[in-house]
Amino acid sequence: MRWRDTVRTATEAVRTHRLRSALTMLGILIGITAVILTVGLGNGAKAEVRDQIDELGTNLLVVSPGSSTDSDGMRGGFGSASTLTVQDADALASADVAPDVEAVAATSTASVSLVAGDANWTTTLTGTTPSWQEVRSREMTSGRFLDDDDVAEAAMVVVLGPDTAEELFGSTTQAVGQQVAYDGRTLEVIGVLEALSSSEQTTSNDVAIVPQTTYAERLVGGADRDAVDAIYVKASGESTLSAAYQEAQATLLNLHGSASADDADFSIATQESILAAATEVDQTMTVMLGGIAVISLLVGGIGVMNIMLVSVTERVREIGLRKAIGARPRHIRQQFLVEASVLGLAGGLLGVVLGGVGAIVLPSLTDARVVLSAPASVAAIGVAIGIGVLFGVYPASRAARLAPIDALRNE
Amino acid sequence: MTAVLELHDVTKVYAAGELEVRALGGVTLAIDEGELVAVIGPSGSGKSTLMHILGCLDVPTSGSFRLAGEDVAELHEDRLAELRNRHIGFVFQQFNLLSYLDAWRNVELPLVYAGVDAHERRERARRALAQVGLADRADHKPGELSGGQQQRVAIARALVTEPALILADEPTGNLDSTSTADVLSLFDELHASGRTIVLITHEADVAARAQRTIQIRDGLVWDPDREVTRALA
Repeated sequence: MRWRDTVRTATEAVRTHRLRSALTMLGILIGITAVILTVGLGNGAKAEVRDQIDELGTNLLVVSPGSSTDSDGMRGGFGSASTLTVQDADALASADVAPDVEAVAATSTASVSLVAGDANWTTTLTGTTPSWQEVRSREMTSGRFLDDDDVAEAAMVVVLGPDTAEELFGSTTQAVGQQVAYDGRTLEVIGVLEALSSSEQTTSNDVAIVPQTTYAERLVGGADRDAVDAIYVKASGESTLSAAYQEAQATLLNLHGSASADDADFSIATQESILAAATEVDQTMTVMLGGIAVISLLVGGIGVMNIMLVSVTERVREIGLRKAIGARPRHIRQQFLVEASVLGLAGGLLGVVLGGVGAIVLPSLTDARVVLSAPASVAAIGVAIGIGVLFGVYPASRAARLAPIDALRNE
Repeated sequence: MTAVLELHDVTKVYAAGELEVRALGGVTLAIDEGELVAVIGPSGSGKSTLMHILGCLDVPTSGSFRLAGEDVAELHEDRLAELRNRHIGFVFQQFNLLSYLDAWRNVELPLVYAGVDAHERRERARRALAQVGLADRADHKPGELSGGQQQRVAIARALVTEPALILADEPTGNLDSTSTADVLSLFDELHASGRTIVLITHEADVAARAQRTIQIRDGLVWDPDREVTRALA
């Protein structure tokens, strides 16, 4: 018997029992759709995070203060005291110390409430230096960014994010030259940043940026006026990123008097490591959803087995006849296996189609972003066929083992 | 004449739990090429068991059975399937046509398992259908045919492989008298063209068409002449 004949026989059987085949496929279809959408949602979440990381700027390292060790050797918890200073940032900016570093921006942040006329808005107040603009790759939509004089004079000026300007002044264009008040002190708006539009959910468009000196000496202060919350380091290129990492680490270890990276009172994150940390949560979610999807596929597979067993019982006479006229057990087994995998294949294909429809419909119903993956879709179809075969083995071998006389006696 | 079928002292014992059922108790018979033989006997006589063995659907417990010169006893399942495919054409009481296939697709089925290519299968199936007078019904589903026509399709299926033996098990059991006459005259024609046919039946008028009648009783070939001789002695 030829393969083409086996496939034709199997597809004819599937077509003959349309309703039953359709219901069986439905089980596989739902499973495959669930898998496709789960993978799509996982990918979507990952893409979302990647966009947010990309907004930070390219070829970026983020140095965060770590645990500090006091004189008794007790290590304080993360963030218990900032161990990074303006001096650290200055050292990193030196071309002699760190030749692969292009620009450095130290930042301090606090959540504050700004007032302009009747409008009141809570935003992130960031104290930094003019290099921030280059490090974070931001453009201005109007006005100018901070300059060195602003920092030297601790000028009472502020650059607003587009969302912030919108909230306080109703538009981004009229903000420049206006005044905002914070805690009884008045700041002049000198510029508005251009919006980052690569992602809908972003905090990058809601900021208020003041000179680092103004932040430390006039507005927020704190115990240590030189302390900063983070230092952004931009490497000169993608190829020098790891060199810049090494240089920044060595420089800071030296400045802080730490012997090795294990004793470091700071940590350096790359965009990749931030991405990894951020996607970890999504990963857990994806694994859980994936588990549910796999279970539904399993249920679909059991459905296939159930239907194939019914099919074998119902077609005992057909099997007997086929055997009487010369079908070997192998032929019968193949026929039922191919039939089961045809059900799997059809269910899988329809599942991928429905998954594609879901990927279009879902984002408009929820905020979730779905990024379909072609390899995952192909794999899903493969899995669907595999499930058909796997759960078809038992019914098929039962059919193959039927003795022709018993099969023909059935009336 | 060469014998198509040769049974020598064939027994068949079924194990039904603790009990052993002796369905055939030592049957010896030979059927020659070109013969039309009727096997008759009441139900429970071992007639069906004999048919299963003749049809290579089952193997004897003991004794020897040669089909077209090949020793069939103790053959593997695959080999039996091949023998059935090559040497035997079955005709059943219930026709056993596949309802979802056109008549010609039913007829070509044995050739599918023989590995014949599609084009040749179609040719041979149509020729076999023409032989039973149903050339114009080739593209009809069994459900669209009368009982007699369905049985003729089944006979075409039995003929299509040019088998050494046509084995018909109660072929007229489900037919009205007109269709019965149809089918029986078809068997007569096939016989006239040199086919070897074994008819298994319990109907006397069907058996009467045969050249020779073999009676089975209690798992043995029953010879009326010998019984008469024994009674007289």
